Amino acid sequence: MTELDVARIRADFPIFNRTVRNDRRLVYLDSGATSQKPRQVLDAERDFYENHNAAVHRGAHQLAEEATDAFEAARATIARFIGAQPDDIVFTKNATEALNLVSYSFLNATLKAARSKPLPIGAERFVLQEGDEIVVTEMEHHANLVPWQELCDKTGAVLRWIGLTDDGRLDLDSIEFTHRTKVVSLTHQSNLLGTVNDVAAVVAKARAVDALVVLDACQSVPHMPVDVSELGVDFIAWSGHKMLGPLGIGCLWGRSELLSAMPPFITGGSMIETVHMESSTFAAPPKRFEAGVPMAAQAVGLAAAVDYLNALGMDKVAAHEHRLTQLALEGLAGIKGVRVIGPTEAIERGSAVSFVVEGLHPHDVGQILDEQGIAVRVGHHCAWPVCRRYNVPATTRATFYIYNDDADVAALVEGIKAAQKFFGVGE
Amino acid sequence: MNLENMYQEIILDHYKHPHGKGLSENFAAEVHHVNPTCGDEITLRVTPNEDGTLAVSYDNQGCSISQASASILFDQLNNVTFETGSSAVDHIIAMLQRAEEPNEEVLGDGIALVGVAQYPARVKCALLSWMAWKDAAIQATGKGE
Ligand SMILES: Cc1ncc(COP(=O)(O)O)c(C=O)c1O
Repeated sequence: MTELDVARIRADFPIFNRTVRNDRRLVYLDSGATSQKPRQVLDAERDFYENHNAAVHRGAHQLAEEATDAFEAARATIARFIGAQPDDIVFTKNATEALNLVSYSFLNATLKAARSKPLPIGAERFVLQEGDEIVVTEMEHHANLVPWQELCDKTGAVLRWIGLTDDGRLDLDSIEFTHRTKVVSLTHQSNLLGTVNDVAAVVAKARAVDALVVLDACQSVPHMPVDVSELGVDFIAWSGHKMLGPLGIGCLWGRSELLSAMPPFITGGSMIETVHMESSTFAAPPKRFEAGVPMAAQAVGLAAAVDYLNALGMDKVAAHEHRLTQLALEGLAGIKGVRVIGPTEAIERGSAVSFVVEGLHPHDVGQILDEQGIAVRVGHHCAWPVCRRYNVPATTRATFYIYNDDADVAALVEGIKAAQKFFGVGE
Repeated sequence: MNLENMYQEIILDHYKHPHGKGLSENFAAEVHHVNPTCGDEITLRVTPNEDGTLAVSYDNQGCSISQASASILFDQLNNVTFETGSSAVDHIIAMLQRAEEPNEEVLGDGIALVGVAQYPARVKCALLSWMAWKDAAIQATGKGE
């Protein structure tokens, strides 16, 4: 397998033409938060606005037709990317909204059932009773934790979670799923620890008690081949902006029989079948979950991002990141006073590398790195319970993507040493 | 490096050897403020003295800027009146927004925090303890804005 040609890739990303902080080369190690965008994605969005712009699924004119075609073609491209059918892909604002869409399906089904209101066939799966259990893990991003806490507060369901081992893995023996476990929601790759979870093992446990499985794929779809027909889960959610795509678009994939059984989430135009003053009926998925004029330009941009990644090959993307991760872990291991939070070997792990520097707060580490043009993220990374679990107030995190290379890893390692020197800690 | 403007020796000194850190048992008001983007936290207590001034105690965790700033706050605001403290808070906010020149009489070592104004993301760190003081002082005295 030949490697990615990083120099050629970087030439596609206009942002690398600029410098930061006193003319430094930009070393962008924050793709876990959001990725940079290649010209191909920007061009696709611009082309949509310049040549085909109209409100999708409305209007009888040629532009409306073209806009609708572009939007639905984008859906098909994105669906193929994860081995799915187009109608099983719902566009949302971001992954957070996609996860809320699922949690609110439970809430809305439960509320409507309590008042004997009409529900789609099969909606019983989403009706919760007091004492039913929702299982998450201790490594979730707030986006896959807070919505479930809220759902429990509103329904009387009980939140339980899979604990973590000291080396940053799921401790699958830390809880038993029971016949009350209705849904298990977990991340594919931890955005803080970098751990890639054993989804098959969780699915097997969940299937044994007939629970649904939701996968937060924010940090997996952009970075490795993901095929829903092999994963065995019921839903996956991810954001376009972390995979070279535009801001403002995310995706939910669900098994079609489940999407069909879910009541709507956000309601209004586009998502209806018939509307009367007293009540309304709703469209089939995915439209049922796409109220209002949709983000067509962003969908087109995201499809262009998919084309870009497909041209590179997701196997190669994953292999490239794996090599950089290995290099970074070795580099960090070689600095006295630096401790990686998460798996310390590049096994079943992605490119999110979090670390703490003894005697230095992450904010200060980030500041010194920034001065050298190195963009990292500092803080709790929207995964505060993970920081608590490992007794650190916060971490510094580097994440690697297709446009990073060995020199970027070396810059990080040197940058950390410079921070230690600046503050007079370490060697 | 520009950074030396922010990380002046005096700031690093306060960071490494904070003044007054540790909570006193007696207090009229206690507040807990966090910077949710980075997890910096401070618990701050205010107790009125008999002469009408306010005693301060605190405990915190966070970056060098937030720690140093709290240490400086202790130097400047422990046992001052609500009015004196409030105007110092107003001044440090204005200084960090570059609306006022640093006034050493009011802020003491706090004038060294002026370099933080160049880094908008860090202004919150520098202000965390001062906002906490204001909040606690209002609660302890019943005085408003
Ligand atoms: C694992 C994980 N889940 C969920 C999210 C939320 O994504 P967004 O903010 O795009 O909705 C993120 C992004 O930070 C993430 O890394």
